Amino acid sequence: MAAAAPPMPRGAPAGEPTYGDVNRDIIKTLAPPGKRWFLGMAIVLSGLAFGAFCWALQLRAGIGVTNYMPPIFWGTYITTFVFWVGIAHSGTLISAILFLFRSGWRSAVYRASEAMTVFAVMTAGLFPVLHLGRAWFAYWVFPYPNVRGLWANFKSPLVWDVFAISTYLTVSATFLFMGLIPDIAAVRDQATGWRRRVYGILSFGWRNSDREWHHFMRMYLFLAALSTPLVLSVHSVVSWDFAMGIVPGWHATIFAPYFVAGAIFSGCGMVITILVPLRKLFQLERYLRVRHFENLAKLCLLTSMIVSYAYITEYFVAWYSGNPIERASFYNRAFGGYWWASWIMITCNAFVPQLLWFKKIRTSIPTLFVISLFINIGMWFERFVIIVTSLSHEFEPWQWTSAYRPNWIELGILLGSFCWFSMWFLLFVKFFPSVAISEVKEALPPPGREHGRGGH
Amino acid sequence: MATPPVASMRSGVAGVFGNLDAALLALRELKAHGYANLTVYSPAPRHEFDDLLAKKESPVRLFTLVGGLTGCALGFAYAISTSLDWELITGGKPIVSLPPFVIIGFECTILFGALITVAGMFLNARLPKLRKAAGYDPRFSNDKFGIVAFGGPAQVAAAEEIMRAAGAEEVNDV
Repeated sequence: MAAAAPPMPRGAPAGEPTYGDVNRDIIKTLAPPGKRWFLGMAIVLSGLAFGAFCWALQLRAGIGVTNYMPPIFWGTYITTFVFWVGIAHSGTLISAILFLFRSGWRSAVYRASEAMTVFAVMTAGLFPVLHLGRAWFAYWVFPYPNVRGLWANFKSPLVWDVFAISTYLTVSATFLFMGLIPDIAAVRDQATGWRRRVYGILSFGWRNSDREWHHFMRMYLFLAALSTPLVLSVHSVVSWDFAMGIVPGWHATIFAPYFVAGAIFSGCGMVITILVPLRKLFQLERYLRVRHFENLAKLCLLTSMIVSYAYITEYFVAWYSGNPIERASFYNRAFGGYWWASWIMITCNAFVPQLLWFKKIRTSIPTLFVISLFINIGMWFERFVIIVTSLSHEFEPWQWTSAYRPNWIELGILLGSFCWFSMWFLLFVKFFPSVAISEVKEALPPPGREHGRGGH
Repeated sequence: MATPPVASMRSGVAGVFGNLDAALLALRELKAHGYANLTVYSPAPRHEFDDLLAKKESPVRLFTLVGGLTGCALGFAYAISTSLDWELITGGKPIVSLPPFVIIGFECTILFGALITVAGMFLNARLPKLRKAAGYDPRFSNDKFGIVAFGGPAQVAAAEEIMRAAGAEEVNDV
C-alpha cells in the first residue's frame, strides 16, 4: 500500500477492473467450495495422515526408524526444515521489501505470498521437533526458568534460530493479519448472517475512515521496515547453524548472503507454483496478470544468478584456500557418491532458470509453472547437498560414506509437510481474500478517473 | 432523499460519492467553509484526502521507536542476566559474550518493535470499534467515497448544499 499510487506500466485500460469489480471478483473466491476444492482437500489430508502415521512410528520406535547413520544425523528433516524456511522468505520480500521500493506490481500477488510465508514457517517449525528422537522434550530449546538452574546457551546458533524463527513467525503472521483487516471489513460489509458477525469481529470494527487509514498506513510502513531486516536476518541465522560449525563445506563466511539469495529464489519459485493454479481456479486473470508472473520470473532469474555465483565462489574458495580437506570435500560434492544430488541442484538452480532470459518463456504461464517446479526441486537438493554431502565427507576417512538415502518414513514425513502446508493454504483461500482488495484498488485509477489515469 | 422530519434534530450528514474528484471537491469546500469535524471514508487509502485534511504525522512511529528500543534492551538483558545466573563457560568464551547476544537483542528489537507498532495503530485509530459508526455505509468498503460532517442544524444544512453542489450521489442524515 503505497502512500502515493506508484507509476506502473499497465496493459490496455479496457481490461482494468473497477473498484466494484474488485470487490465482486475477489469476494467471489470465498464462495462455498466446490467439488475440486474438496477433492484437493481430501488428497492433502490423506497425505498429511500418512505423514502423521510415519511420525507416530518414529515416536514409538525412536529416530532409528530413519536411515540416519553416523556421521549423518542431519538428513532429510533438517534439509526440509531449511527448505521451508527458505520458501517463506520471498513472501516477505514481496510484501515488505517491494513495498518499501514502491513496486506497484506487488499488490496483486502479495497476499498469497504473505500467506505462503506464514504457512511455510509453520511447516518449517515442525521439523526441529520431528527431528528429535524424544519430541516431547522439545520445550527444552526454549529459555525458561527450570529446576536445573541452567539457561539456554545464547552462544549457540541453535538458540539464535529459536529466537529468529519464532520472531519471524510472529511478525509475519501479524503483518499478514494487519494487511487483511481492511479486506475483512470489505467482506463483512457484503456478508450476511453469522458470517457478517464473524468477519465483523475479525475486522475489529474497521470502517475505512481517514483516521484509520492514516495510522494504518504508518503502521504498515513500519512493519515493512521491520520485516525487511528480519527476513534477511532469519536465513542468515539459519545459515549460521551450519557456518558456525567447522565441518568442511559449512564453515564459510559466504553462507549468510548465499542462503538469503537461495531462500528468495526458492520462494519466488513457490509463489509461481501456487499462483498459477490459484489464478486458474478462481478465474483471477484480470488481477494476476502475465506481467506479474513476468516480474516474478525476473526475480527468479536475478536470484538464480546470485545463487549460481555463490556456487562458483564456494568451489573457487575451496580451491584457492589450499586447504586439502576443504578441497577434498568439494571434489567429493561434485564427483563423489552424491554427485547426482549436486548435479540436480546445479541443473535446476543454475541452468534451467537461464531460460528466463527469453521474454517468450517469461510470459508463458505453463512454462513458468514447469520451471518453478524445477526450482522447488533444485532448492530442496541444494540443502540436501550442503547438509548431507558435507557431513558424509568430514575429516576422518573411516567415516566417509555415501550410503545415506532417505527411507520411506522420512519421505512420508516430507510428503506430509507439503500436505500440511497445502491444507492451510486451501483453508486460507476459502476464508480470506487471497488477493488484497484494498491494495488492488489503490493501484487502480479511482472511480471517476478511470480514463486517462489522472492525478499522478 | 427524504427531508428530515425535524430539522433542528440534525446533527450531521453523510455524503456518498461515486467519484473521487467530486469527493475531493466537497471536502475542499467544506474545509474552506471552516468545517472541522469531518470524517472521510475511502475504500482504499488515497493520499489526496490526507493532503486536504492536513493531518499531523501519525504518532505510531513513536510506538515503533519505543517498542524497538525496549525489545533491544530486554533481549540483551535477558541473555546477559541468564548467563550470569549460572556461570558456565562454553567454547572458552567469556560468560558475557556480547557479539552473539547481538542476535538475541536484534530479534527482540524487531519482535517488540512490530508488536508495539500494531498496538500503537490500534490505540490511535481507536480500534477495535464495537459500536456502529455514525454515517458509515457498507458501500464505503466497495466503490463509494463518503464524507460525514457534523455540526449544528445550520451548519449541517450548509454542508448538505456543498456536498450536493460538488456532485454527491446521495446525502443522508446521520
